[in-house]
Amino acid sequence: MAAPTSVAATRRMTAGGARRTRNWREIRAAYGFISLWIIGFLVFTLGPMIASFVLSFTDYNAIDSPQNVGLENYRQLAEDQKVAKALGNTLVYAAMYVPASMAVALALAMVLNRVGRASGFFRTIFYLPKMTPTVAVGALFLLLLNGQEGLLNRTLRLFGIDGPNWTTDTHWVKPGLVITTLWSVGGTVVIYLAALRQVPKDLYEAAELDGAGSWTKFRKVTIPMISGALFFTLIVQTIAALQMFNEAYTMFFGGQQNSTYSNEAALFYVIYLFQQAFRFLHMGYASALAWLLFVIIMIITAVQVRVSRRFVYYEGERD
Amino acid sequence: MTASPPHLTAAAPAALDPLGNDRVAGARSQAGGRDQGPFWKRAPYLIVLALASVVFTYPFVWLISASLKPRTEVFGSALIPRNVQLSNFADVWDYAPVLAWMSNSVVVGIAAATTVTISSALVAFGFAYFRFPGRNVLFGLVLATMMLPQAVTLIPVYLIWNKLGLVGTQVPLWAQNIFGSAFYIFLLRQFFLSLPRELFEAARVDGCGFLGLFRRIALPLSRPALAIVFVFEIQASWDDLLRPLIYLQDTSLFTIPRGLKSVIDTFGQGGEQHWEIIMAASLIATLPMIIIFAVAQRHIIEGIATQGRKG
Repeated sequence: MAAPTSVAATRRMTAGGARRTRNWREIRAAYGFISLWIIGFLVFTLGPMIASFVLSFTDYNAIDSPQNVGLENYRQLAEDQKVAKALGNTLVYAAMYVPASMAVALALAMVLNRVGRASGFFRTIFYLPKMTPTVAVGALFLLLLNGQEGLLNRTLRLFGIDGPNWTTDTHWVKPGLVITTLWSVGGTVVIYLAALRQVPKDLYEAAELDGAGSWTKFRKVTIPMISGALFFTLIVQTIAALQMFNEAYTMFFGGQQNSTYSNEAALFYVIYLFQQAFRFLHMGYASALAWLLFVIIMIITAVQVRVSRRFVYYEGERD
Repeated sequence: MTASPPHLTAAAPAALDPLGNDRVAGARSQAGGRDQGPFWKRAPYLIVLALASVVFTYPFVWLISASLKPRTEVFGSALIPRNVQLSNFADVWDYAPVLAWMSNSVVVGIAAATTVTISSALVAFGFAYFRFPGRNVLFGLVLATMMLPQAVTLIPVYLIWNKLGLVGTQVPLWAQNIFGSAFYIFLLRQFFLSLPRELFEAARVDGCGFLGLFRRIALPLSRPALAIVFVFEIQASWDDLLRPLIYLQDTSLFTIPRGLKSVIDTFGQGGEQHWEIIMAASLIATLPMIIIFAVAQRHIIEGIATQGRKG
């Protein structure tokens, strides 16, 4: 608690009695400034977390009062085929999307880093799709990925390849979604390019003097020097991918009152949770679903942090 | 704090010089560094980039073209429609209250962005300027909330708005922003920390109060960072589909993503198969974001770029 005061405190030591009162005023003011966040945290984060945890042991439809069912929801989780399906879909998608987006973004950023001033123009082009609302992206790619007449398969046909039914074939729906979301990879490109520009030029020169080829330079200089950015995007992209909703829901779920459509191959975890909570009003069960997702995300993130720790290099960290 | 990327991230806007001098010079020296070699050396890379640009721009150009095509041509690969059919846009107007959805999204977006910018700045200043017991623990909590999946709080937060009788209104789409948002607090705090402390000390000596420090020194010097926060939140709000799905039933209150989804449901998948109308509506939904990008491009790219710098 008393840790971070050091510098300011020692400097003010000489002020003697005045110090105390000023300190109290500062503390009061500080808590005044951050009070908004504290209230928000209690009301919209901590409170709901506790409530959600409690609800996960109940049967609750938002109208009648919650009925305690003990561990029943969690038992049901283990048996629900759709949970397994949704979890599998989500993990498969994340396992495809995260490495793909990192590889594509790194490749583009490295090329961008080679063209000097022209990179500004291309960077803008690559970033533009990210400004397109995800619902519009979903609508657009439903057409582009259409099995018979879509632009992608027409293009593939020019090369003699018979493209799959990206939007209907259960095996190709998730790769189709990976393509859809890869269109918005521009944000990651911008991050990697910024990191690449921070790499000191002389490291490459030194490596060249030692006779390093381009692959060695890439492996031994580029990757370690931008490992911070790689690590950061790995964590953030994984967490985001595990919560995939917008594009998949836009493309494969919905309908009007009496005619709904859905596609099990695109049933992602958050979509299933949303349906359980707000379509079927199984709020207790959906809360258990939410906590399972939370635990899964924490485990995956912890593993990634663990494994990455050996590879991430922060400048100035080693003395 | 909702949907997708730029948010849910951590950043260190070191590149944004608070006093605004360094940025341009810095960018130039970087760009002019190692890689501004002779043209023939850069040419192969430029060709690769040009090809990649075609791949990235093509879907967008195709969207514009498809929105102008008649129903029978919409799937075609021709970029120039054989028959330009501007009536698609009139049809969107007739079938769906797009104008109302747009203005709803503008109102919600401005409310969300304004509240989150002010509140996050206040909180960030508290964490940046003061040294107080519990600061590190509390700031750690701010960072920790960024990892929390939205799903965990989704249901109880809905129950709160339900209790307050605000389900069915647009209030739940932005009101939480009154309390700040972790990512923006982090971003602005980093920015405030880069301001020279002497400025504040001098103002204190002149008898300036703490709120004055915030209003008269921190805020005016932070316009670029505040602009980033504002624009990011406008974009996040414009993109949010989940919360409008949960909170809005009345078609006239729909925001643009929710409205566009209902257009897709009516005219696309399992509906009447009028994809040209969907494409026109998608283009309408996208244009405001393109305009914002055109205006605030540098802020946006700079804001994203800084995320990777400090890792």
